[in-house]
Amino acid sequence: MENKLISLPITITGDTRFRDIVVERVGKEIFSCYQCYKCSAGCPVAFAMDLLPHQIIRAVLLLQKGKALSSRTIWICASCETCTTRCPNGIDIAKVMDVLRQIQVESGTKPKEPKALVFHNAFISTIKKYGRIHEVSLLTNFLRHRGIARDKLRSGEWKNDLRLGIKLFLRGKLKLIPPFFKGREEVRKLFDQEQELKKL
Amino acid sequence: MKVSFFPGCSLEGTAREYGESIDAISRFLGIKFEELPDWSCCGASSAHCLNEFLSLSLPARNLLLAEKFHQDLVTPCAACFSRLKAAEKALQQESNKAKVAPLFRGEIRVLHLLDFFSRKEMLQMVEAQIKNPLSGLKILPYYGCLLVRPPQITEVSNWENPQTLDNLISVMGGEIISWSYKTECCGGSLLLTNPDIARQLIKRILNMARQTEAECIVTACPLCQANLDTRQEEISNEENGSYNIPVFYFTELLGLAFGLKEAKKWFRRHLIDPRPLLKEKSLL
Repeated sequence: MENKLISLPITITGDTRFRDIVVERVGKEIFSCYQCYKCSAGCPVAFAMDLLPHQIIRAVLLLQKGKALSSRTIWICASCETCTTRCPNGIDIAKVMDVLRQIQVESGTKPKEPKALVFHNAFISTIKKYGRIHEVSLLTNFLRHRGIARDKLRSGEWKNDLRLGIKLFLRGKLKLIPPFFKGREEVRKLFDQEQELKKL
Repeated sequence: MKVSFFPGCSLEGTAREYGESIDAISRFLGIKFEELPDWSCCGASSAHCLNEFLSLSLPARNLLLAEKFHQDLVTPCAACFSRLKAAEKALQQESNKAKVAPLFRGEIRVLHLLDFFSRKEMLQMVEAQIKNPLSGLKILPYYGCLLVRPPQITEVSNWENPQTLDNLISVMGGEIISWSYKTECCGGSLLLTNPDIARQLIKRILNMARQTEAECIVTACPLCQANLDTRQEEISNEENGSYNIPVFYFTELLGLAFGLKEAKKWFRRHLIDPRPLLKEKSLL
C-alpha cells in the first residue's frame, strides 16, 4: 500500500455494466459530478420526487441500479431540461433520466409510476399505427388501459376529463378522423428496423 | 420568401387556432411556408423516454425529407423544434449518422417559428404592417422549456431571460410585463400521467401571473398554450378562486395587430375567451 491517503470513502463494488451503459449513452461528464445540488435546486418537480436528481446521479456512480430504477423520480421528470442547462459540469442530467427509463423498459421491470409507461407506450403505438399523433386515438389508447380507467374513476378525475373533452369538441379542437398520408409505411419501417437492431 | 414548414401533430387538433393564425399571417405577409410533404411525427415527449433509436430516427426521417428541398425547416411547436434540432445535432456524429440516417448531409437547419420572426428583416417587415397596435395591452411573454433549453440544442444565447417574444411584443405596440417565470416548466408532459403534479406547476405560473398587472400571456408552443388555457377552470374549482387569464399564441397577436378580420375566429377556440378583454381595449 503505497498511497494510503488516496482512498475512496465508500468501496464501490458490484456490476459496473449498468453504469457503463449510462456513460456510453450520456457521456463521461457524469464522472465529474461533485454533488453541488444545482440540478435539484432548480428542478420544478423536485417536490414530487423520492430521490432528487443529484441523488440519481450519485446512485448511478455508486452502481446502485436497483435504487435508481425503483425511484419514482425517473418517471416524474418532466424533461424540462433545466438541470442539463445549469449543470456546471456539463452533465446531460435530463438524458440520464431518459437512459434510466430506457434501461428499465429494456430490462422489463415494473416502474414505480406505471401510468407513465402506459402513456409513453400508447404514444409510441399511435405513431406506429398512424405515423403521426392523432390526439383522440392517443387518448383512447391511454384511457382504455385497465389501470388508468380504474384510477380515473376512483379519483373523480374522469369528470374533469369529460368536461374538458366536450369543451374542446365544441370549439372544433378534437379531430375525430386519424390523419392519412403516404409516409405512414415508411414510419412503420423505422419500427421494424428498431426490432432488427434489438436482435443484434 | 420560401421555407419548408413542419406543422407538427397538434396543429391539426388542439392547436388549431395556432395553425389558422400562421396561415393567415403568412398569406398576409407574402411568406410561403411550404408544408413538408409526407412529414411524420418527431417522436415528441415519448420516444426519447423509451427508445434511443426511435428518438433519433423519427425526427431524422423528416430532416432527410427537408433536405430534398434545400430549404431551412421551420416549425411552430417547441417540442417538435427540440426533437428535430436534437436530431440535427446528433447526426453530426458519424456513429449516429451511420446508424440512423447515412444519407443525411447536414445542409439544412431547423428553426422555430419564433426565431424565424425574430430575424431583423422579419421584425422590420412586421413593424411596417402594424395597423392595429396593441397599445395598452399588458402582456406576459412565456417561453416555457424546450424553446430555450438546453442551449447546446436550441442555440439560444439568453436562455434564462430570453428576449425574442419580448421584442415581438414591443414591435406590435403591446406593453411587456417582466416576470421571473418566463421559462418555468408548465408540466405539459405530465398532464396525462400525473395531472396532480401538472396542475401544481400550472398553478404556480398562473399565481405568479396574477401577482403582476398583466392581462394576458403569450406563448409560442402548442403544449404550453393548451396547458395554461385549458386547466384554469379545474384549478379555479380546486382553489375556490377565479383564474381567467387569456393565453395567446404569438401568431394570433400578430394577426390582431395586422388588423386581420379572421382573428375573431381563432379567439372563439380558446377556453378562456380573450374577446371581452380585447373589446375593452378597443382592439377587436
